[in-house]
Order: sequence, then C-alpha cells, then structure tokens
Amino acid sequence: MKKDSFKYFKRSLWAFHINSGSCNACDIEILAALTPRYDAERFGIKLVGTPRHADVLVITGTMTEKIKDKVIRVFNQVPDPKLVMVVGSCGISKGVFQESYAMAGPVDAHIPVDVYVPGCPPRPEAIIYGVARAWEKLEMLEKGNAAS
Amino acid sequence: MNELTVFLIMVISTLIGGIYLGLLGRGIDRKIAAKFQSRIGPPIRQGFWDLKKLMLKQTIVPENSITWVFKGAPLVALVTSAMLLVYIMVPYLLYLTGYESPMFAHMGDFILVIYLLMIPAIALVAGGFSAGSPLSTIGSQREMVVLMATELPLAVTVIAFAVKMSVLAPSMPSFSIFTAASNPVWNGMGPAGILGVILLASAFLFIIPAETGKIPFDQAEAETEIAEGLLAEYSGKYLAFFQLAEALKSLGVVALVVVLFFPQGVSTIMGGQMIAGGINITVPCEIMFFLLKVSVVYSVSISFIRVSMARLKISQVSKFFIYSVSAVSITGFILIMIDPRIMAM
Repeated sequence: MKKDSFKYFKRSLWAFHINSGSCNACDIEILAALTPRYDAERFGIKLVGTPRHADVLVITGTMTEKIKDKVIRVFNQVPDPKLVMVVGSCGISKGVFQESYAMAGPVDAHIPVDVYVPGCPPRPEAIIYGVARAWEKLEMLEKGNAAS
Repeated sequence: MNELTVFLIMVISTLIGGIYLGLLGRGIDRKIAAKFQSRIGPPIRQGFWDLKKLMLKQTIVPENSITWVFKGAPLVALVTSAMLLVYIMVPYLLYLTGYESPMFAHMGDFILVIYLLMIPAIALVAGGFSAGSPLSTIGSQREMVVLMATELPLAVTVIAFAVKMSVLAPSMPSFSIFTAASNPVWNGMGPAGILGVILLASAFLFIIPAETGKIPFDQAEAETEIAEGLLAEYSGKYLAFFQLAEALKSLGVVALVVVLFFPQGVSTIMGGQMIAGGINITVPCEIMFFLLKVSVVYSVSISFIRVSMARLKISQVSKFFIYSVSAVSITGFILIMIDPRIMAM
C-alpha cells in the first residue's frame, strides 16, 4: 500500500455501502449522515455507486451465509489502499442474531475491518465519528505505528 | 511578436488555466448545489483533492475487458476535451486581445466544434462497451441515445449562427468563432430575431447539461440506478482522466455558449480602452469579465438545473430533445431567417 495516498483520504473519502443482511435501520442512519442536518459532504465524504471508485467499504448488518461470498468479492474489487468500516452491532458481533443458523459470523471473521461503529442503529454523529477514527488510524499508519 | 509565438502562448495558457478553472468549477458547482439544499458543502478545492487521491490509487483493469480500448478511451477523452477548450478559447482570446492577423481569420470552425464535442462522449462510450460489464454497456447505450438526441438542436443553432453571420459580416468566414465573437449575434436584429436568439439560448440551457452529463441528463452515469454506468469499471488514474476530461469539457461548452451568445467585451460595453494609472488594463479586465460570464452561465445551466430537477428516464430524454428542444431551436432559426424581411416591411 502506498502511504502517500492516505494523506488525501483525509480530504476526500468515497464510500461504497453494502448491506450484508441488515434490517435497514443502519442504512437509514447512513443516509441521514448525508442529509443537510449532518452533511458529511463538507468533509469530502461521498457515497459512490460502484466498488471500483470506493476508498472505504461501509458494511451494515450481520453477514448471512448467502451474501458472504459476494461481500468478499466486492471487497476484492475495491482498489488499494482501502478501508473497511462496519456500522451497527450486528456486523460487529452478530447482535440479536447470535444463535441463527443462517449467519456466517461477524464481518471481521471474513474480511479485515478497520473501524467499528457500535449501536443499534448508531446515530449519524457516531458514523461521522467513526470516519474521524478511521482518519486517526490512517495517521498512525503514516507514522509507521500500525499497532492500534 | 511572431504569430506562432502568440499562438503557442495562448494555447498553453488556455490549457493550464482550463485545468485549474475546470477543477475549481467543479468545486464551486458542488458548493452552490449544497447551498441550494441548505448544506455547508465541500470546500471549493475539493475537485483537486479528489483528483490527487484518484491519481494515487490502484488502477484496476478488468480481466474480461478489451484492454487497449479500455486504457485508450480515457486518454482520448482527455486530449479531445482539452482540444475542444483550446479550439473555442484561442479565437476568442485573439478577439479579446485585439490581435489581428490573416493567419487567424479562419480560426475556430463551428462544424469542427460540433465534432470535437462528440469525440469525448464517443470515447466514453467505447470505454464503457470495452469494460465487459453489463452495467457499463447499459451506460454506453444511454450515452449514445443522449448524444444522438442533442445533435439536431446543436446543428440547427450552428446553422442559424452561420446564416446570421453571413448577413452581419459578409466579408468574413461565416462558420468561424472569430466572426461570431467580433459580431455579436444581437447586432442588427429586429424583435423577431431577438426572440429567435432567446429561443436558441434557452435550447442551449438544456444542451449544456446533456453534453456534460449532469442531472437531469446523467442517465449514462446514474449512480443509484446502474452503478455509475459507463464509469462503473474505471478506477484510479483512468477515472481521474475521465473526471478531468469532463471538467475541461464543461468549461469548453460553457465558454462556447458565452462566445456565441454574449461575446461583448468590456471595451465594447464601456466604449473604449480601460486605463488605470497610466497602464492599459483592458486585457485583464476583458478576461475577468469573461470569467464572470462563464461562472454565471455555468451556475445557471449546470448547478441550478442540477439541483432543481430529478433525473429523467432515458425515453423521456430522447423525446424531450427530439421534439421539444428541436422544435424550439428550429423556431428560433426560422425567426432569425425571416427577421430581415420583417424589418424591411
């Protein structure tokens, strides 16, 4: 990964949103983060329509068995350097679907995750704060201190 | 100065200024759109940061694409967009600076401008078809529909201008941008002719967003519908090239509208040279005034229409251009044609 481009992620971060079996509550909160009240675009954050343009993959919902392969495929389609952000309790720990046979486990069991945003659903402020934490992580990576 | 030196200076300054202003224009456009939606919006320099980030990202070429078309299309789009901008701007700059020479009298042919407008779109279409993704194929087909639908009103406008120029300045080449810039189309017009020019200008109000692929005519790149359409497979530096090409092309189309409809410079309006403190500042004033006109046309035809309308369906676009906009521009053309006869009566 080129460390240089992390610098520009702080100015311009394009997000691609995947629903890996969410109940839509987190999706609505992500959209709320883009509305005039919270206006994530003022930080250069933009939702894009294809993984090829994305810098950060925003995954909502617990990973179902059916969608697991697709999420991994989309993750591989995102050009490097990339970040993964999991929004909502389900994607972090399976949430209320703990004992379901249809779940393939939390998202980080399958793809590397950089930022977790807990909540059911998290508030838009929390999602924007999660992006800010992603930037902090990038700063640490820039300094060569990846242990965080 | 040598003619060739003047020409080279103008081309290079147009290219550098065009890239800078094109990216700045994108930032201003996003800022204005955000203000309309009562948001704060991204900083004006956002376009530069997006482009730098894209240049540093990994560039993926899909396995099942036709590699040379996929890689060549962004370059073709970028080069032809730059050419379009230079081709429109250099004759106008010559007019603004008052530099006259027989070598430049025929510069800037409208018909070539129409074809140059098509080439970046065709490069996009070729890139979309070669990407080997069904989404970008749909995007390419839609882009071709928009391209063909806007062709007729564009051609009618250009012919109307050539007809008017042949009356206004019989000694100069009728299809030249230099002629259109030095003889504003509003000169010597009766009421019918002025109405005709207004109709042509209102047709252009919708041709600009269609040519530059902005809402309501962004069916080819509809991000929520077909995943950015013909750009779906492009990433990294090829995407950056396409974005730069689009920025240059938007600036070029807006500059074309300014040159065609509002070519009057400061010295024409104020009636003489501008002198401040013993220094002749006419040329800087002219360029500032031109940029002001460009930003007004840009924000009305791109930003304002973009925020006030939703994306149309592709069938509605072809109907809109082939029936309504063509009818409006043909009416404008006929009014300009019959204007001298009405005046003579």
